[in-house]
Amino acid sequence: MTYRNPPTTPRKSATFDDYTLSEIRRAAATGIYDIRGAGAKRKLPHFDDLLVLGASISRYPLEGYRERCDTSVVLGSRHAKKPIELKIPITIAGMSFGSLSGPAKEALGRGATLSGTSTTTGDGGMTEEERGHSKTLVYQYLPSRYGMNPRDLRRADAIEIVIGQGAKPGGGGMLLGQKISDRVAEMRTLPKGIDQRSASRHPDWTGPDDLEIKILELREITDWEKPIYVKVGGARPYYDTALAVKSGADVVVIDGMQGGTAATQEVFIENVGQPTLACIRPAVQALQDLGMHRKVQLIVSGGIRNGADVAKALALGVDAVSIGTAALVALGDNDPRWEAEYNELGTTAGAYDDWHEGRDPAGITTQDPELMKRVDPIAAGRRLANYLKVMTLEAQTIARACGKNSLHNLEPEDLVALTIEAAAMAGVPLAGTNWIPGKNGF
Amino acid sequence: MPAINVSTALDQSHASRVFDLAEMPLRELNQALHNLTLGSNETAWEVLNPKGSHSVAVGVDQPVTIDVRGSVGYYCGGMNDGSAVTVHGSAGPGVGENMMSGSITVKGDASQYAGATGRGGLLVIEGNASSRCGISMKGIDIVVHGNIGHMSAFMAQSGNLVVLGDAGDALGDSIYEARLFVRGKVGSLGADCIAKEMRPEHLELLQGLLDRAGVTGVKAAEFKRYGSARTLYNFNIDNADAY
Repeated sequence: MTYRNPPTTPRKSATFDDYTLSEIRRAAATGIYDIRGAGAKRKLPHFDDLLVLGASISRYPLEGYRERCDTSVVLGSRHAKKPIELKIPITIAGMSFGSLSGPAKEALGRGATLSGTSTTTGDGGMTEEERGHSKTLVYQYLPSRYGMNPRDLRRADAIEIVIGQGAKPGGGGMLLGQKISDRVAEMRTLPKGIDQRSASRHPDWTGPDDLEIKILELREITDWEKPIYVKVGGARPYYDTALAVKSGADVVVIDGMQGGTAATQEVFIENVGQPTLACIRPAVQALQDLGMHRKVQLIVSGGIRNGADVAKALALGVDAVSIGTAALVALGDNDPRWEAEYNELGTTAGAYDDWHEGRDPAGITTQDPELMKRVDPIAAGRRLANYLKVMTLEAQTIARACGKNSLHNLEPEDLVALTIEAAAMAGVPLAGTNWIPGKNGF
Repeated sequence: MPAINVSTALDQSHASRVFDLAEMPLRELNQALHNLTLGSNETAWEVLNPKGSHSVAVGVDQPVTIDVRGSVGYYCGGMNDGSAVTVHGSAGPGVGENMMSGSITVKGDASQYAGATGRGGLLVIEGNASSRCGISMKGIDIVVHGNIGHMSAFMAQSGNLVVLGDAGDALGDSIYEARLFVRGKVGSLGADCIAKEMRPEHLELLQGLLDRAGVTGVKAAEFKRYGSARTLYNFNIDNADAY
């Protein structure tokens, strides 16, 4: 009998993990970077790293089913003659017709309207489906200006000037040829079937001084009626917020890196921008330093999933949140009922993010006439409304437990953090301590 | 909508409504223009003392004539949909941005982004235009009597850009289906923009544009045509060096 030395257990590298190895092999085989939809998938400090304190001897709660807890919010009261009044502080983020199907856009409008909130167009212009089914519709003003026209500008309820988005601050849109149907091509004034690359910069202004003049033009065109939002990706939230306010914005929208996109480079999504949690306090601080907190409203998006996230974001000083990915899931995105078809595409329910390919089994991120039939806009809109209702009830539950008769009365003092990172980002104490990293010289 | 003959309106100057921006705020001018309805008798407007004001006559959607006596700042005639604006001076950045229909004539020079993202109508610059003229244009016709600056017609999607003088560097970079006609020299062509054959239909189209812009003594045959090579329409890694 020969003696063998005891073997070590095969060990995989933490640095070169299975995903990284697969990406190297994929890049070597294709010579092109990986493109996908959705937002950052890596683990990031998030609202889960915060806890709400609730009531105690020094704070008394409100009765859960008897005492009112207001959820309404007014957006755009700074300059607009017709500010937007929403019943809940959860809005639907901009997603384009083109990246989404017509029925999916209609469902978003229906769900938002049932819930008393707004929905938003995207990088493809305004469709009749969404205008018709959205009581309150925010019209995005993007670098590409696809479909932009004064008639739609005037029939919008608010205008959102998009500087960037959380998934790709500094990147333009991307819609690959397989999704450029006749209708999409016509709306974007482009040949059918080409890979469409939206600009990353606005064509007729650069910098905050120009932005101020651009906002003036849009106000003049719309007779100062519409609230004007400025949306930025989570890059430099303090300065971006301050500059947006200086430029005349009514509302600032900040989208953290968990915020989704229809399509961009994986390397962009995972490596550029800041987590949503890291963006909130600097933005609120900028508003407070300018004396504009609650006068210019702040909307934050990127990874908002439930009423706890809503309550925590509002406690940090946000006026409203916006959801995109979660809204698509409510419509039916990544539903396990299509698992066999996800498997055929080499993926699994919950991981499907090749939205740019237009073969979405759930029929949402597609222009395929057969696939898009899988979204019943009425039923899907109802599901979105149900989901928004649950989120609102959850946020109210937390607010009442903190003794607040309005979601907007939640405050940073209602929160603690579970990690040092989250404590530093959110500017709230580490649980069990009175330590806020970076404050008081520590 | 065909361009309105500006001279007709000037002949009816007794009927024109005069707005002096030294006396009245810009807001009242634009509101009065937006209050116009189809068939209004107030078809001729005159704006005095613009003195570089931004957003003069933006979002007008009725077929009136607007004569601006002096130079304007940013976005004059922005999103114009049917009016005929004449700037008797020079125009700042973004003149005629996102124009839908109608016409804008600048008697002097125009700054950057003239006619940016325009969808229709006719923009005439009788002097020179700066950089990024016709950027992202989507159907507008632009005629520049003088020269244009660099990066003009960047990502131009549709419409026609006519330049009687020279064009700067990187003309038509990443161009889609817009047509470019340049009579003078081109500094350089941008990615995927190439010189193209001038066929009879292009000569006819160009002559029509010259006529509409009031250009005389210049023949369509004196121009060269430029447009998209269409090699970047679908992503190909072998073209990555072009970006």
